[in-house]
Amino acid sequence: MSARAPFFFLVLALIVVGLSTIYYRHVEIGVPLTPGEQITVWQVEAEISFTGNNGAVNAQLNLPRDANFELMEEFTASPAYGVHVDRDNSSAKVTWSKRHVKGRQTLYYQATYKEARSEPKPAKPMPVSNFEPWEEPYQSSAQTLLNDVFQKSADTGLLVRQLESMLDSEDQTVAMLLSRHTKTDVFLHLLEMAAVPSRRVGGLVLEDGRRNQSLVPLVQAYFNERWHLFDLQSNSLSPGHPVLIWLQDSPALLDVVGGNNSKIVFSISSETKSALQEANASFADNESFHFGLYNLPIAEQNLFKGILLLPIGALVVVFLRVIVGIKCSGTFMPILIATSFIQTELLNGVVGFLLIVSTGLVIRSYLSHLNLLLVSRISAVVILVIGIIVLFTIIAFRLGLTEALTVTFFPMIIMAWTIERMSILWEEEGGKEVLVQGFGSLIVAVIAYLMMDNALIRHWAFNFLGVHALIMAAVLLMGQYTGYRLLELRRFKPMTDHF
Amino acid sequence: MFNLANPFKLRRLGVMGMNQRNFAYISRYNDRSLFPNVDDKLKTKTLALEYGIAVPDLLGVVQYQHDVELVFEILQKHQGFCIKPAKGSGGKGILVILHSDENGYKKASGDYVSRDYIVRHVSNILAGLFSLGGAADVAVVEALIEFDPVFDGLSHEGVPDIRLVVFRGYPVMSMLRLATHASDGKANLHQGAVGVGLSIATGVARSAVQFDRPVTRHPDTDRDLSDIVIESWDRLLHLSAGCYEMCGLGYLGADIVLDKNRGPLVLELNARPGLAIQMANRLGLLPRLKQIEALKYRRTPTVAQRVDYVKTHFQ
Repeated sequence: MSARAPFFFLVLALIVVGLSTIYYRHVEIGVPLTPGEQITVWQVEAEISFTGNNGAVNAQLNLPRDANFELMEEFTASPAYGVHVDRDNSSAKVTWSKRHVKGRQTLYYQATYKEARSEPKPAKPMPVSNFEPWEEPYQSSAQTLLNDVFQKSADTGLLVRQLESMLDSEDQTVAMLLSRHTKTDVFLHLLEMAAVPSRRVGGLVLEDGRRNQSLVPLVQAYFNERWHLFDLQSNSLSPGHPVLIWLQDSPALLDVVGGNNSKIVFSISSETKSALQEANASFADNESFHFGLYNLPIAEQNLFKGILLLPIGALVVVFLRVIVGIKCSGTFMPILIATSFIQTELLNGVVGFLLIVSTGLVIRSYLSHLNLLLVSRISAVVILVIGIIVLFTIIAFRLGLTEALTVTFFPMIIMAWTIERMSILWEEEGGKEVLVQGFGSLIVAVIAYLMMDNALIRHWAFNFLGVHALIMAAVLLMGQYTGYRLLELRRFKPMTDHF
Repeated sequence: MFNLANPFKLRRLGVMGMNQRNFAYISRYNDRSLFPNVDDKLKTKTLALEYGIAVPDLLGVVQYQHDVELVFEILQKHQGFCIKPAKGSGGKGILVILHSDENGYKKASGDYVSRDYIVRHVSNILAGLFSLGGAADVAVVEALIEFDPVFDGLSHEGVPDIRLVVFRGYPVMSMLRLATHASDGKANLHQGAVGVGLSIATGVARSAVQFDRPVTRHPDTDRDLSDIVIESWDRLLHLSAGCYEMCGLGYLGADIVLDKNRGPLVLELNARPGLAIQMANRLGLLPRLKQIEALKYRRTPTVAQRVDYVKTHFQ
């Protein structure tokens, strides 16, 4: 059938649009997939101090370029200094300058970092082949050491790790090398000899509440397709504390021209934030045009949080009716009942619903003797429902059942229509049909409520609008489903038994 | 709980499900603009008279509240009558008055009701209580049907009728619907009426169900259901086949009653006939529908040609 081609194209388009917006929201903007997701934000403060030489000063601080961290915001505090932050592809630095400086000076640089969502894959570095050999006998001792370790290791990773532990041992050769060079130097030299890409870096160990920290000299070695950090001197690395690589290859962290006794210390503090708020905040700052609900006032946002749950309810209703085959009165009514359950909580809602509807049915059966026209009878039922709700609320309040007060959240007209329809059903088809359809509606409403009240689903419905395109596609597809309903399989069971 | 039929086996047997009926037959063969032809009983009746389809006599129409007295005038000329909402669905709002005497007005169930009750019922109809969506309605007053005595002992407290599914003018399947105590005098299978599948070619009983489960005897009268034969079967086939031209719906349920004097009469047409007819016949509808769908012709065959086709090709 040719008429189905545009239909399936539409469904496909909806699915593609849905999935790609979800992908974009998650991967590009960083909206977390789960509601309560937290991220740690690190605030790093560098305090630079020096003594001015009574002349012009130009202080330059190299800034970190670590792909594992994302810079969120930065600022400087420095009285009467000209400040300039300079970033290009290869370097980042902040420069303070002042014409005339005298006496002790303190400059501050503060930056907030969060850990990058996905670890970037580093480009494979070129192995460095030509290194400066040490003078003898150190060079041959190093060679012996490396040969020894090389024999005992299966791959580069093990080689590097064994070299590291070797340098801590009491080995005589090692001791000889360490008499002339630092551990870090020996390690780097051995790595160079073994043609393992490596570099000397300065890292800042991030630990909440630390003050007066300085950069730790570290070694990065590249193997197994990523850089690994090694700390040979200070033993300050620990698995719980991430390391911000501040300096890389460039030796000078701080360069003060026109001052002396320069010193830099770092203070670190961490803060835990909602990943969702963080993503939205950073996104709102970066983009001039931003299609989303977050720019709306909070009241409207909350309204949409409710409205955007309706498609979830509709999906549940379509599924339960078309695929399962549950009978319920009306299509939209169970969804509306489910939305009021969200206000009342499930147990209160179900009890309140049953109480109001059954009381209403009893009184309505009396009303039916009064020979009223339809419009006035519906109106009478609406007034009746209000009366019942007022009555129940007052009784509940007197009894101290504050939870029962939430019955006021029930939409009046829905209750009135439910009672009206149920009572007509009762007169026409009998009480049994009322129970079947009433409980059908209630079951659908409860299932819809459970879906709509789920924290994860609420999070998705509001933060990933692409979900609604997917729901639309699913609803359209179910509209084409011509197979048997689940309950029909039960109904038609005797057919298969008798052939 | 999980006593489920194998869907592949059902498909092989050609059993049609609700989704397939709605999607592949009702939405394809029943143009929405034709629905009023069957949903409005007054319109159905007018059409039936134009096309020469036998229906119960129309005694009067109550359109306005102040016309309600009309029903009592009719009662003076006729023994009893039946009041229906023109736009009612599923048999809702039908009031049958057999006759009146000093006790009041006697309903089909044997209960007596007051004059006020009838007035209230008519104004309920006018207010749209029984019509879809609560739209204002009119009350149709019909002559009572004198039931053919062939059904004596078959239907309990209610009206037996014959439902035929007519597809593109071909009657494809049929069943006799018998009221039971459980169905409260109603002939709707989902309320507990007994459905007896009838051979579409001959009108002979094939099998019977109640509540979708096979039965062999009427639960109230204990009458054997297997020896039922409908006498005027050919007239019934012609009558139902003619409903296609009359209302234009491709997928149609025709409810026919047998009147003692006038023979088969079309009581009601249905644009969304249910699927229980398959249970009553223990036969899937799909093979027959597909067979009819495969027929190609330049001119629509006549009613007689279609009936002949059905009698030679279907059981």
